[in-house]
Amino acid sequence: MEPLLRMDDVHTHIGQYHILQGVSFEARAGEVGVLLGRNGAGKTTTLKTILGLTPASGGRVSFGGTDVTKKRTHAISRSGIGYVPEDQGIFSTLTVEENMKVAMTRETEETRKKLDTVLELFPDLKTFWKKDGGHLSGGQKQMLAMARAFVGNSKLLLIDEPSKGLAPIIIEKVMEAIQEMKQHTTIVLVEQNFMMASRIGDTYTLIDDGRTVQSGRMADLAGNDELKRKYLGIG
Amino acid sequence: MKKPMNWSKISLIIAAVLLAAIPFVSDSRTWLILLTQIFIFSILAMSYDVLLGYAGMVSFGHAMFFGIGAYTTAVLLDRFEPTLLVFSLSIAAGMLIAGIISFFVGLLTLRLKDHFFAMLTLALSGLFLVLAEKWRSVTNGNDGFTFSAPDVFRDRAVFYLTVLALLVVVYFALRRFTNSPLGRVLIAVRENEQRTKALGYRTLAYKVIASVVAGVTASLAGSLYVVSLRFVNTSVMAMDVTLDALLMTIIGGVGTLIGPIIGAGIIELAQHYLSDLAGEYPLFERWIIFFGILYILAVIFFPTGIAGFFKSLFSRRRRPEADAPPLEPAKPEVPR
Ligand SMILES: Nc1ncnc2c1ncn2[C@@H]1O[C@H](COP(=O)(O)OP(=O)(O)OP(=O)(O)O)[C@@H](O)[C@H]1O
Ligand SMILES: [Mg+2]
Repeated sequence: MEPLLRMDDVHTHIGQYHILQGVSFEARAGEVGVLLGRNGAGKTTTLKTILGLTPASGGRVSFGGTDVTKKRTHAISRSGIGYVPEDQGIFSTLTVEENMKVAMTRETEETRKKLDTVLELFPDLKTFWKKDGGHLSGGQKQMLAMARAFVGNSKLLLIDEPSKGLAPIIIEKVMEAIQEMKQHTTIVLVEQNFMMASRIGDTYTLIDDGRTVQSGRMADLAGNDELKRKYLGIG
Repeated sequence: MKKPMNWSKISLIIAAVLLAAIPFVSDSRTWLILLTQIFIFSILAMSYDVLLGYAGMVSFGHAMFFGIGAYTTAVLLDRFEPTLLVFSLSIAAGMLIAGIISFFVGLLTLRLKDHFFAMLTLALSGLFLVLAEKWRSVTNGNDGFTFSAPDVFRDRAVFYLTVLALLVVVYFALRRFTNSPLGRVLIAVRENEQRTKALGYRTLAYKVIASVVAGVTASLAGSLYVVSLRFVNTSVMAMDVTLDALLMTIIGGVGTLIGPIIGAGIIELAQHYLSDLAGEYPLFERWIIFFGILYILAVIFFPTGIAGFFKSLFSRRRRPEADAPPLEPAKPEVPR
């Protein structure tokens, strides 16, 4: 079966810098694919390249069987890719409600149902419904960012380091939410927290210096101490 | 943004009714003229705020749209019979031209980021100023020309009421616009354009819409302005017009519609009184210096403008639940 998302030897330049120098990667429908790699390896850039925020200068990105390499960001997003950026990207002068509404580009029966699901998942959001996004705490922002991506009706969700800077108890919540979202969409997750990554990930892709160095089933990586030590500095 | 504030709608309507009563209870010509001027600049400042406060686009060329409306109305009233019909058509024609030009100006944001866009609008409006100076057969150059307004406007009160009515209409129309889903996306674009694109919005289209709405509204203000003077010259295209709009918006409060109206009132009143004082104390001839001081004070004490200041006062008192404690546990304390 053709994977939902496929990157073939993708290169990305930002200004004069050659950041991605050959990233290949596949995400199969219904699975959680985790991107691993040390700081500065190019994980965030990989996600941005999928969305066309930093367009690829070489190679090919295909989504759902169509080539999206040269498409513009809004079109890629509309074709069914949601994004939870590293910095969450909450609109600070819009309320939580307005943030959610902006994300629901078209309000349909289905998005409204998803909104209900997401409010069950993050009941806190209801408490802050009328509060400005800028006044939320880090954890609340993360929840809002995930909820926002979820109601967008995407077939694929790109989530960048959702556990960053959060207290363990909130990380637990975020993980629960990802497990729940997994029932509805395919997920590509960037995660440094290996414990978390190995718990929710089905597959892994190791990126180092802008290149894919290894990929496979998560279960295999968990047992491969050498690989973990070499590229993640753990194990 | 649009917290449930129906009291604001009601108090605005009351204010409008009170203002409408003024010509019936007072016969001060000076006040009528001054208030008319304030209303006209309120429309201009609100239009500028659609760009600055909502879409986050900094333009230094807003005067060109004001000038387009001004010249279209002046020329048409001069060339044809000064009837109400010609007056209305001239407003529509001005808006149409301003709409087309602001459409292309909006498109420029595709290639030009922030300050480059601001510089380009400055250059463009400079071009329009030169055009107004050189196209003497139509504009009579720097000297400008006088023309007749429709007869009904001979009565200052009628014109005053007309402008007030238009101000109310524009205010509620823009309020609808900025509170609509579209207005929400504009705010999102201002805050984080990349993020808005990633949510699936073609942000350029939204910026173009903002540019057109602002341009068309500014043109209306220009049309009204020249009719109030029955005279037009190149000053309607000058940088001062843009600076006035900028100052009114910032002092009154960016990102609210009532702010620019308050700002227009303050600036126009200050201009009026300071130039009166200048007759007695030459020091006040440099009233522009006082604007500088006013501006600095405003930025220090009311960084969100006067409207923003009152809004935050109000919301602090009214929405205690907004300050409810966060639901997550506090960070573990480091034992000492
Ligand atoms: N706008 C930019 N201009 C120049 N270099 C950039 C830019 N964005 C990213 N880079 C560089 O690209 C490389 C990859 O960055 P990226 O953000 O993708 O890393 P990452 O794997 O997400 O790291 P982290 O785990 O710290 O988030 C880094 O060396 C970074 O310095
Ligand atoms: Mg990163």
